[in-house]
Amino acid sequence: MNLDNTILPIIYMLAAMGFILAIKWMNSPATARRGVIVGEIGMVLAVASTLLRFEVVSYQWILVAFVLGTAAGIPIAYIMPMTAVPQRTAFSHACGALASALIGTAEYYKGIRQGPPHTSVEMTALIIETLLGFLTFTASMMAFGKLQEVLPQRPITYKGQNFVNLGIFAAAAGIGLALIVSPERLALFPIFVVLSLIFGVLLIIPIGGADMPTVIALLNSYAGLSSSAMGFVLNNKMLIVAGALDGSSGFILAIIMCRAMNRSFGNVLFGAFGQLQTTAAASEARPYRSASADEAAQILDAARTVVVIPGYGLAVSQAQHKLREMFELLNKRGVNVEFAIHPVAGRMPGHMNVLLAEADVPYDKLREMDDINPEMPNADVALIIGANDVVNPAAESDPKSPIAGMPIIQAYKARTVMVIKRSMNPGFAGIDNDLYYRPNTIMLFGDAKAFLASIVKELAAVGKAA
Amino acid sequence: MGGYEFDVWVFMLAAFLGFQLIRGVSPLLHTPLMSLTNAISAIAVVGAILITGAKDASMLSKILGTLAVFLAVLNAVSGYLITDRMLKMFKRREEKK
Repeated sequence: MNLDNTILPIIYMLAAMGFILAIKWMNSPATARRGVIVGEIGMVLAVASTLLRFEVVSYQWILVAFVLGTAAGIPIAYIMPMTAVPQRTAFSHACGALASALIGTAEYYKGIRQGPPHTSVEMTALIIETLLGFLTFTASMMAFGKLQEVLPQRPITYKGQNFVNLGIFAAAAGIGLALIVSPERLALFPIFVVLSLIFGVLLIIPIGGADMPTVIALLNSYAGLSSSAMGFVLNNKMLIVAGALDGSSGFILAIIMCRAMNRSFGNVLFGAFGQLQTTAAASEARPYRSASADEAAQILDAARTVVVIPGYGLAVSQAQHKLREMFELLNKRGVNVEFAIHPVAGRMPGHMNVLLAEADVPYDKLREMDDINPEMPNADVALIIGANDVVNPAAESDPKSPIAGMPIIQAYKARTVMVIKRSMNPGFAGIDNDLYYRPNTIMLFGDAKAFLASIVKELAAVGKAA
Repeated sequence: MGGYEFDVWVFMLAAFLGFQLIRGVSPLLHTPLMSLTNAISAIAVVGAILITGAKDASMLSKILGTLAVFLAVLNAVSGYLITDRMLKMFKRREEKK
């Protein structure tokens, strides 16, 4: 008798339970780290017992890959700045998807050349695994390039784009189908691989920077489904479970991101994200009020409740730490400061929370959009830093606006609105924001970090004088 | 019940469980959640080991499999470590010194 058939399935089951618990414990920051540990234990158990399986006989290649993978993984995890987490996430979707696609490829050739030949069920899973794997690999690398800003962030569109994309996808799917019917047609497989790779690139070309949170979540889902399909090929239920968890997680996050931008469910599934119209409305010069850091500090100091609404611009100018200093000074002076986080603030789901947590802002001060909106009329000051579309009242009031229907943080309901912004130029999406011209709005012109530093200086000076 | 039918059931139930669990995760932790699920799906390394280490593995299998082991280990190691690094940053006010 061999242990493989008795103990191994139990260990795999324990590992799968570990993964499930790991995700369950992510529901609160208090238990989340425990979740990471239980996930790690599950993985170590599963990997160690796989290495001991009787059909695994040669170790030198595996060992080399383990050493290199660990050597590359540790520095990535520790050196990566938190602003670059979206890039790393895109990169790791690419790695995961490619690993899954390569395993599928090896399995395919093994089945043809050495047997036993794959059944049509296995071939179906294998085709899904490799199709999703290869397309997610190139798509994620493209997303990585856009986030890292080595590729242009503006969406690139051309006439008939959807037609071309759909054609390539149909061709890949058609060849995949032919391979399922008759796997022995070896010549088709490389064509299938190339088409999948090309489709991944085409999928991301028309997508702009603002849509990245959705795209990353969707690619996460594809990568997970690919490794779940691998579980079907290898008849391994632990892989099916782990992949299904990853796939459903990415899918839910994509839906949440979509809702936060008022995109339809169909848009997610077909990847036809389109882009916001970049036609800036011809904006005639309208009057607005502006103020200095000195005046801004006085207004903040006199407030009882301040709601800060941060956007990605905050992270770009690395102003999180100055913001936390301001938060602490105001706190000391009895001002209640909270942070209103829009779901798409930042470059991936939840990104802004991580950036503020890194700057030591306590997480119980980070409030979700739906949670804080009812309280906005009671806020003395809404301080908007590096955010634009997510506070644009046109989303609620102007049905013709490109962002009509998008849920926003209702900053305009606060008694005073202050906006730190470089100039009156429209933001990334090129949509004019009526909020800036309202009578209760005060514009604070300057770089976010420099301006917050001046406010902090003023507040500290008042604190000493008192 | 045939083998693959059983697998489809497992997938269906796991995906359903995933939907329920993920909906319970606060948006506060969506970024660490994504890096955690990424690390978890690096369990694909199991498949890569079976391909690479098999007695009758062809050269092609060994090359593709080794690359896959490398990529999966990279994902697992960096995924778990960076998740933990992010989670360490989330503090309540009372816990601060």
